[in-house]
Amino acid sequence: MKTFYKKFAEKFIEGLLMLSGTVTSLTVVLIVFFLFKEGVGVFNQKPVEDGYVIAVNKNNPLDKVVSEDIKNIYDQKITHWNEVGGNPDSIILFRLEDISNYYSDEAIGENFEGLAGCISRLTDSLPGIIAFFPEKYLDKNFKGKVLDVDKISLSEFFMGEEWFPTAQPSAQLGVMPLILGTLWVSLGAILLALPLGLAASIYMSEIANDRVRSIMKPLIELLAGIPSVVYGFFGLVIIVPLIQETFNLPVGETGLAGSIVLGIMALPTIITISEDAMRNTPRAMKEASLALGASKWQTIYKVVVPYSISGITAGAILGIGRAIGETMAVLMVTGNAAVIPHSILEPVRTIPATIAAELGEAPAGGLHYKALFALGCILFLITLFINLSVEFVTGRKKHNKH
Amino acid sequence: MKTKLVVLAFALYTTTAGFAQKLKGSDTVLPLAQKEAESYMKQNKAAKVTVTGGGSGVGLAALVDGTTDIAMSSRKIKMAEKMKLQDAGKSVKETTIAYDALAVVVNPSNKVSQLTREQLEGIFTGKIKNWKEVGGDDLQITVYSRETSSGTYEFFKEHVLNNKNYASTVLSMPATGAIIQSVSQTKGAIGYVGLAYVEKDVKAIKVSYDKGKTYIAPSMATAKDKTYPVIRPLYYYYLSTVEKAVKPFIDYVLSADGQKIVEEVGYVPLSK
Repeated sequence: MKTFYKKFAEKFIEGLLMLSGTVTSLTVVLIVFFLFKEGVGVFNQKPVEDGYVIAVNKNNPLDKVVSEDIKNIYDQKITHWNEVGGNPDSIILFRLEDISNYYSDEAIGENFEGLAGCISRLTDSLPGIIAFFPEKYLDKNFKGKVLDVDKISLSEFFMGEEWFPTAQPSAQLGVMPLILGTLWVSLGAILLALPLGLAASIYMSEIANDRVRSIMKPLIELLAGIPSVVYGFFGLVIIVPLIQETFNLPVGETGLAGSIVLGIMALPTIITISEDAMRNTPRAMKEASLALGASKWQTIYKVVVPYSISGITAGAILGIGRAIGETMAVLMVTGNAAVIPHSILEPVRTIPATIAAELGEAPAGGLHYKALFALGCILFLITLFINLSVEFVTGRKKHNKH
Repeated sequence: MKTKLVVLAFALYTTTAGFAQKLKGSDTVLPLAQKEAESYMKQNKAAKVTVTGGGSGVGLAALVDGTTDIAMSSRKIKMAEKMKLQDAGKSVKETTIAYDALAVVVNPSNKVSQLTREQLEGIFTGKIKNWKEVGGDDLQITVYSRETSSGTYEFFKEHVLNNKNYASTVLSMPATGAIIQSVSQTKGAIGYVGLAYVEKDVKAIKVSYDKGKTYIAPSMATAKDKTYPVIRPLYYYYLSTVEKAVKPFIDYVLSADGQKIVEEVGYVPLSK
């Protein structure tokens, strides 16, 4: 009977462990599935807001228009139709609220019953018009021509250089500046954090005595526990003005400020992992090196560092992983201007900052919402790639040993 | 015993369901709604109002899903959101509960103290790049704006930029506090914030909407008598089916007491 209970308890615990494992993996798979399902939807949509149409005069030779041109037309950067391959008429912009400039309230009607007819007549009478209005005011026998807008293409999304997700009539969804901004800031962060982190971990594992070490290690690990918004605020108040003065820049919110803040945030990861790796160097190897007459410093860079190189690399890569996904701190210090950065001393916008700042206000299920999920997918793939590299690097070590 | 419990639970459920109201949405309206809810609950002990933020888009999406009774919004409902409600067979009602005036702020060291709407448009769309073009020092202009999806961003674009897009070099900040901080420490900076946030570290400038004839400084007085032009309404949206349930709270917000709170929080009360 006792053994039965024992066996039963064992089976029960085993089952529980398996269950929690399954639940965790299932959750991850579900989240990834959800992310990609929403994200891929962006390529199924037109950049013009749902329920709206863009129409022109029927004599206008244009049938189709590119999203970028629509934006430039409505920003009055393109003012004549011949610039986009039409007649030499000058462009007349029309939005729904402009209707009162053309027609009286009586013609439009109290409940807008006459509105559809008014728009139809207006588009017919002005050869240079481009009209942007809700589809429900599209008259049954509309006398103008409704322009066709292509769905968002892969190249437009990935190679586009303008990020105006809420632009009307046509959203601009170029993620190039965001991807470059993310990589730029993370690269800067790792260039700053790696030498510093490596130096600190060598000091702690090889040079410092036990007392110093017992104070330093918890202190550094404490860095990891500070909320990221605190880092962000610290960056905004201290680092940003410092950069502005040092480099004599018009703005202090730059990629460099982001890199410094992220560098500090990545330090604990890098130091802890590489220090552990270095302390794992067998005592015999170090003693052999010293016995051969090598100095302490020679031993460090000829024996300890090469032996623990895979641990150091893993620390560095995990550090980048943290830097790439970090949101709040970056949001506060990089200025978030969606332009392709030419140097680290310019404002940049990163992917996580974009998602965090915009998702709350984007209409759920809309184009902007899906575009933000697509950004999430890109970020996921970047992080996945980084994690796979960690696996590869740490996996290599085991082969070396035997 | 069991039936008693069920009855009790049912009674609890119906009483709370009768009075509980959920508000969700815009972070701009959030502090105001919270204050209103607190004092409303003080007056009506039985009532229960819970307020959560998240953004105008989140609030309106929750209205479609039916997870909130009132959506707070700092922008007008979008056509796509309206159509979604229509598809779900719901019709939405809109109430303006207060106004929010936006002040254009610059660094205190800046000589410029007044700008026309046209000049503001030039600065925010990137046509005017140096302060000397608008009568200031030879200094590059650094433009700070709110995030693309905030209601403030949209409003400023519609009313000041004449519906043109911001320049892509505009720096966007996650919060009003961050704009104040940045403008106060960057010499060539310009940005916009809610009237309630203007403080001594930044300088609010006068704005002209009649091509430079009259310049009006942003203040509670000029906002109230509507002479200050950069002012936007804040909304509550609710389904017409729950109108009866939410009406007492909305009436309270619109009452003299409620409008007094509006002014205390720093927004502009509705004029009678």
